[in-house]
Amino acid sequence: MNTTFLEYVVFFAASLMMLGGAIGVILFKNPVHAALGLVLTLFGVAVQFVAQEAHFLAAVQVIVYAGAIVVLFLFVIMLLGVDRAVDLSIEPIPIQRPLAAVMTVGLVGLVSAAVIKAGDAIGTLNPGLGLDVAGEITADGQNIVSNDGNIQQLARNLYNDHVLAFQLTSVLLIVAVVSTVLLTRKWPKQGAAT
Amino acid sequence: MIAAIEPTWYLIVASLLFGIGAFGLLVRRNPLVMFMCIELMLNAANLLFITFARHHGDTSGHVFVFLVMAVAAAEVAVGLAIIITVFRQRKAINVDEVRDMYG
Repeated sequence: MNTTFLEYVVFFAASLMMLGGAIGVILFKNPVHAALGLVLTLFGVAVQFVAQEAHFLAAVQVIVYAGAIVVLFLFVIMLLGVDRAVDLSIEPIPIQRPLAAVMTVGLVGLVSAAVIKAGDAIGTLNPGLGLDVAGEITADGQNIVSNDGNIQQLARNLYNDHVLAFQLTSVLLIVAVVSTVLLTRKWPKQGAAT
Repeated sequence: MIAAIEPTWYLIVASLLFGIGAFGLLVRRNPLVMFMCIELMLNAANLLFITFARHHGDTSGHVFVFLVMAVAAAEVAVGLAIIITVFRQRKAINVDEVRDMYG
């Protein structure tokens, strides 16, 4: 399958955004700058989602992650008053940084070695069997072209096969909201009228 | 430059992102930045889910990513509430300072 030049450009640009933002998160002294690096990473991941024909999830990624979670981070940074630069050279455990570097290099190297060794066993990405336009692959390899978009296919899968996970996630969200409210509440002193 | 973009490339990029997140989690001392590094790791996993969902033509990967995002949002809310509660009375926002547990 001929990948167009533009797909390469998109892949490398998005990867650069992702990795550049990630390095910014760990290297910036000011936590607000780190949050901005995180936003760059999240947008890079959203671009990769679009390139992989997961349009709905790209939108959800931008709205939920970059639009709600990072804003929450910034609220808490401002609330706690840590929006000033810290000294990054302070490290109480001397061996922590070299060990962390060794662990990271080992982890990434291990995965990369396994992936490169596997080589063709992973196979090429399904060309153009866009989850956007084409349908499922039947047992004999035929493509059923259903005119559903990405959202309809995702919804069909979520509400038919994964209903229990969906319900449990809604319970989880309610529990999270209640616990957040309870944790940050200032309780009145003993003996005072509530 | 005629070859397709393989899942291999996505695997390497995602593992790099995961590794950077893991390194940042161990090295940074501000709890909020540590939380951001956790989000980096979650995004690396999400990227791989999408890649292999497309690879197999199965939307279950998309469902997984959707639920992971919901769980991540819940986790961030609760985690930040805990951070606010713990660090409300302290002056320095540093995880090394949280050595004793007192009410």
